[in-house]
Amino acid sequence: MTLATPADYVVQLKGIVKRFPGVLANDGIALDIKRGEIHCLLGENGAGKTTLMRVLYGLYQPDAGEILLNGKPIQISSPRAALTHHIGMVHQHFRLVPTLSVEENIILGLDEGTGLFLNLRKTRKKIEKIAQEYGLQVDPQTKVWQLSVGQRQRVEILKALYREADILIMDEPTSVLTPQEVDQLFATLRTLVDDGLTIIFITHKLDEVMQVSDRVTVLRQGKLVATLPTSQTDKPSLARLMVGREVIFRLEKSPLQRGEKLLEVNGLHALSDRGLQALRNVSFDIYGGEILSVAGVSGNGQAELAEVLTGLRRATKGRVILLGKAITNRSAREIADLGVAHVPAERIKMGIVPNMSVRENLILKDYRHPPFSRGVFLNYKKAEANAQRAMADYQIAAPSDNTAAKLLSGGNIQRMVLARELLGNPRLIVAAHPTYGLDVGATEQVRQVLLKQRDQGAAILLISEDLEEVMALSDRILVMFSGEVMGIVDAEGAKIDEIGLMMAGERKEEVEVASTEVA
Amino acid sequence: MGWETWVIATFSRTLAYGTPLLLGTLGEIYAERSGVLNLGIEGMMIMGAYSAFAIAYTTGNPWLGILTAAVVGGAFSLIHAFASITLKANQVVSGLALTMLGLGLSGVLGRGWEGKPLPAPLGKITVPVLSDIPVLGPILFDGQNMIVYLTILLVPLLWYILYRTRIGITIRSVGENPATADSLGINVGRVRYLCVVVGGILAGVAGGYLSVAYRPAWTEGMTAGMGWIVIALTIFAFWNPAIGMLGAYLFAALYHLSFRLQPWVSPELLRAMPYAFAIVVLIAVSRGTLQKRMGAPAALTLPYTRGEG
Repeated sequence: MTLATPADYVVQLKGIVKRFPGVLANDGIALDIKRGEIHCLLGENGAGKTTLMRVLYGLYQPDAGEILLNGKPIQISSPRAALTHHIGMVHQHFRLVPTLSVEENIILGLDEGTGLFLNLRKTRKKIEKIAQEYGLQVDPQTKVWQLSVGQRQRVEILKALYREADILIMDEPTSVLTPQEVDQLFATLRTLVDDGLTIIFITHKLDEVMQVSDRVTVLRQGKLVATLPTSQTDKPSLARLMVGREVIFRLEKSPLQRGEKLLEVNGLHALSDRGLQALRNVSFDIYGGEILSVAGVSGNGQAELAEVLTGLRRATKGRVILLGKAITNRSAREIADLGVAHVPAERIKMGIVPNMSVRENLILKDYRHPPFSRGVFLNYKKAEANAQRAMADYQIAAPSDNTAAKLLSGGNIQRMVLARELLGNPRLIVAAHPTYGLDVGATEQVRQVLLKQRDQGAAILLISEDLEEVMALSDRILVMFSGEVMGIVDAEGAKIDEIGLMMAGERKEEVEVASTEVA
Repeated sequence: MGWETWVIATFSRTLAYGTPLLLGTLGEIYAERSGVLNLGIEGMMIMGAYSAFAIAYTTGNPWLGILTAAVVGGAFSLIHAFASITLKANQVVSGLALTMLGLGLSGVLGRGWEGKPLPAPLGKITVPVLSDIPVLGPILFDGQNMIVYLTILLVPLLWYILYRTRIGITIRSVGENPATADSLGINVGRVRYLCVVVGGILAGVAGGYLSVAYRPAWTEGMTAGMGWIVIALTIFAFWNPAIGMLGAYLFAALYHLSFRLQPWVSPELLRAMPYAFAIVVLIAVSRGTLQKRMGAPAALTLPYTRGEG
């Protein structure tokens, strides 16, 4: 290995410290980025990756430390300053105005052109030129809200390139893409690097690091753990660095013991909040003792499906039958009382009452029945005993059972939701993104809990965008696209490519025909 | 009364009464497009009305009165801007406070001015030649004042700025997604301040128009709920100046008709008509908006803090 000289580094961060009330998000981080490399920032949620990059992009001011650009110290006081230094950032949650067109979004905030007036024709030409060069085709005059998620990401990249970014920060860019779109993105990133750009790629997915990066920096709890050339490391060692201990990649799953048919869904239709068709003719069954996963890119009807099944959204057509009993369009309370547990996707918004105590949150579902109620009164002794038991069983770390639920960490909140929902052993568990945003430890635990329920005979409908999770946990996989079921496959022997194609809108039959033709 | 006279009177009164509504609506559209709901229109209008009258009466110059109304309206709106943008206070509370403050303050200050007629109100214009066109001439070019015309000219101007210029895209993006605007180097606070002040100036002028042109006198509470109609019209307009013009004149026509139809229909019912219309329109609009993607600016009423979300 040749020794790198300072001239090779396009960005150098030295001793960056960033504090938030109660949290040390970045603790003296020193990071060197080489010109023309794809550099991955790897770490769990809350490791400080995004904070560090927001410092580089001028959204946060560091409490200590300095930033060197091409060897010269600079101040980045705002995103505008970052842009003048040719630093661009594609945020995890896209920074686009949906009601404006692609070209309007791209020129937003720029001073070029003829003063007040827009010269969109010139803009359009420049956009088309960049788009062609890097394979980022998108119609400049379309309104952003009409674009797919993948296309929106292209607009974000175009936006940065239009501003002549030399350094492109991408914050978890693959979390919303199908496997095929991910491949396309990686190809684009390669072209950009070949053209001399430098890319900083934030992720917590080890596969992506191995696939795309030249070098990788691992952060843990706000500290830099190591910077390594990707070719000299592997997944297990990166995982160890990231988590701080050995990680088991394989979950122990007992063989399937299918029980009776618990849930039957027949020709279900429903509308989205915007009044558009969100579910079209959805049919499937779930049996006791199995996990059926619903895979798909978010926004393809999964959320609406969970809501219809748990009584939170009306079905416009079709039937839901639980243990032989029609429960279509029954209220959420009736459905819960029949033994359906719901682990909602937005755990803070829908899973808990943030200002109520842990103890109260734990009985939100059962407070109307003995032992927690006596007539119109609540039995707080029983509620407290229940809280103590739940905190011990599910390892909910809270100062006391009287602490407000909002003060707990994401993992503890999710464990609390599980403890409440699984009280009284439900027959069917609808779990939406149960491990989203949790760290590796909490994720492992939530998965174990779900597997245990499966082994005890419960039926589980698992909605997840994390294909790794889907493959590891489920017995069968149902893929949704645009509100329709593209197909249901057995998890054993399922191919990730085929699931990816189904996520992009191809039916199971088409996918199978295509793969036999190739064979 | 002849059919022709009836039509002419109805339309020309509609223009006259619709003007302050339109001015207020145009201003509120700009404020709300940038993400700031200002429920203080009524307060800014009445302050404009009072100050315009006081200055026009003292100096004898109605235009000086209008100019003062613009300055007072703009200055008054700064209170709301400071509270809701800088201090990130609840916009509903701060706007309501502005309305109450304006009504109260103008009532106290205006005590001595009550009932005095304005010696030199804003002049009425008769455009030669054009006013001779049958029907249209007397409606549009006979007896209206300058502000009526300036307000009409403002509509295409403000429409063009909002939809066809860099400033317009900046304003709309700040109201839709301030985090995006900020990440592209736009000063979200400054844009919002500007839009709120533009709204205040226009509301002030609307008030001034009432007290030195429409009905040249000062009466406590003379805006009589007009500021609330403006809020409804802003929603009716889908935050679009052109539709705002349609709405303001439509409402003014209904208001005027409620006087004209009195010989035949009960006056109580007629007086409720424009407001009933406003309610019906609001219900219709709120049902259709989400699907058409023409709804309220996404960040309306939300203060912006960098780095949150």
